[in-house]
Amino acid sequence: MGSVMMHEVASGVDAGAAAGAGMLLDVRNLHTVYPSARGNVRAVRDVSLTVAPREVLGVVGESGCGKSALMLSIMRLVPRPGRIVEGNVRLDGVDLLELSPAQMRDVRGKRIAMVFQDPMTTLNPAHRVGDQIVESLRVHGMTPSGAGRPEARRDCLRSRLWQGRRDREEERDYVIELMRRVGIASPEHRHLEYPHQFSGGMQQRIMIAIALACKPRLLLADEPTTALDVTIQAQVLDLMEEINHDMGTAIVIVTHDLALAGDFCDNIAVMYAGQIVECGPADAIMEDPLHPYTRGLLLSMPRLGSRQPLHAISGEVPDLTSVGAGCAFAPRCERRTSRCEAEESPLVQTRDGRVIRCHAGTIVSL
Amino acid sequence: MIRLGRVQVKVIERVVATIPLALAVALAAFVLMRAIPGDPVDIMMGEGASSSEEEMAALRTGLGLDQPIHRQLVVYLKALLRGDLGYSIVRSRPVAQMIREALPATIELAMCAMLFALALGIPVGVVSALKHNTAFDRVSTAVSFIGVSLPAFWLGIVGILVFSMTFGWLPTSGRIAYGMEPRHITGLLTLDALLTGDMTALGNALRHLCLPAAALGLGVAAVVARVTRSSMLDVLGSDYVLFARAKGVPEPAVTTRHALRNAMIPTVTLVGLQFGSLLGGNMIVETIFGWPGLGRVVVDAIFARDYPVVQAAVMVYALTFVGVNLITDLLYTVLDPKMALE
Repeated sequence: MGSVMMHEVASGVDAGAAAGAGMLLDVRNLHTVYPSARGNVRAVRDVSLTVAPREVLGVVGESGCGKSALMLSIMRLVPRPGRIVEGNVRLDGVDLLELSPAQMRDVRGKRIAMVFQDPMTTLNPAHRVGDQIVESLRVHGMTPSGAGRPEARRDCLRSRLWQGRRDREEERDYVIELMRRVGIASPEHRHLEYPHQFSGGMQQRIMIAIALACKPRLLLADEPTTALDVTIQAQVLDLMEEINHDMGTAIVIVTHDLALAGDFCDNIAVMYAGQIVECGPADAIMEDPLHPYTRGLLLSMPRLGSRQPLHAISGEVPDLTSVGAGCAFAPRCERRTSRCEAEESPLVQTRDGRVIRCHAGTIVSL
Repeated sequence: MIRLGRVQVKVIERVVATIPLALAVALAAFVLMRAIPGDPVDIMMGEGASSSEEEMAALRTGLGLDQPIHRQLVVYLKALLRGDLGYSIVRSRPVAQMIREALPATIELAMCAMLFALALGIPVGVVSALKHNTAFDRVSTAVSFIGVSLPAFWLGIVGILVFSMTFGWLPTSGRIAYGMEPRHITGLLTLDALLTGDMTALGNALRHLCLPAAALGLGVAAVVARVTRSSMLDVLGSDYVLFARAKGVPEPAVTTRHALRNAMIPTVTLVGLQFGSLLGGNMIVETIFGWPGLGRVVVDAIFARDYPVVQAAVMVYALTFVGVNLITDLLYTVLDPKMALE
């Protein structure tokens, strides 16, 4: 009965092309490796996911599961000697991996923007925050009104010298407006200050302002709240929710906090050992996790008022240089069978539209 | 009431703090010079022993050297506070005048050596960092290691042998060909030649500068390259460089505007220290190249026990060190806005 309801996805190109239609971001069978002395670290293994316009997708998993590597792969910013081995990353149907470096540079910041975990180290300490916001516009030859200026595209330094005073005032007004938009008080003075003069939460808002300067359609947020206090975390998430709502920016948020993803996201992709093990609507996953790993994550979330001891997933994250033929989670899985250790489950789709990678998962759901 | 900016306050503080330092240096130089056996009269008269005891005693009385040391010190400090550096015992000229003549030559040489070092060291360091672990990186690291180890005087001698003796491209000694000196404005011959528009003099002065500046600067260039490489590597791996790339900043601007500016902070510290030692430590190179700078004046004065000259020169060295360090500190505030507030 179970086998009738599910069919294999993402193994054939034809099925993939159909699934990606109308999607803003369509990542398909992506593999990224980092060569190391001990062998190739397979940080991203056969990841496929889609993001619809205006969607908020949460990518959840523990440290070292390949979440950040996935984000950097989408931006084509995997630090050398790491590299993308195969796969496609389509943005509005255009494969980013096929673009020239110059074309890719034009995508970064303008169509896909990214914010990072630690604003203290991510903002450049030597430049005024206002200048750092404006830089995003200038490198893409954009004016605040959004019109492209081809001459500025060629050389942003030269354009700075040629730039008229009105342009500069327009830029300054835009920076101030943007800073106000992300919730920074008295931006008309503070745009002249340096990053170290702001608190962590305010720095994160500035980073978001920088990311939003070119009005990108997709925002990749790599643990944007991890370095912040809990109260500030909520404020920054509220801000991102507003941006998603008002500006229509789709957001991919990477987090190790399943509860946060459950609250904040439309869909959740759970990653383990470089693979997506479960992906589907946030509500469904939070209520009824199918994959044993998702289940473990959910059980290990502290709950207010609960007197039961916290559940911990036994064992350790596997070494990504030596993943065998079987399921990567099998050594830690309570439901493992001999089949799990022998062969890896393909990604299968369940009836409620979820995708999981588990031999046992679908049986659990029945 | 005049309101002072942070920079002005810093400068004034530093200048005030320099006064006790200058006095301490003067005292140390005074005492140490007199601790060396032999006085100027011995040296002047010594060799032939042709002069009588009476003549030498008369000379000592005339120079005030017969007085007890503490009396001599009081006389010296009193004069110093009036701004009087005294007369050279050997040359019978005002010490201030001798230093005024020699110092520009030393400054010019040190500045050219530093320019050479920066023009060579920074690009090599940056490219090594950008091409980390490639052949260029390995070769430049090895060469700069050798460069650090080679003494300047050896480089100077080899330079003279190769470029002056063998090829005859460059002059062996002096600052400028006789009779070509430009009108005296700053005392820096290249600058004076530029200001007066005397291009022949400029060319000639530059040709004279090439070898000594390179001999002095090569070691500094090697150190600059190594420090720039390592701080650049640090910065290139930082989050803000990744973020700049994620913003779509073109790679040349990532390297210069985002990385190099932050990577320059350790280099500036190093340059400040090295510049001080270039000013003070180039006696050997000045001697090899017959460069009429302060280094040679000091060497001659030490051998002749010419107390006032040595004392004054030591103070000049100390003050230039302080001055260079002050400039370095001010440069920090430009490079690193965090420093400006502290």
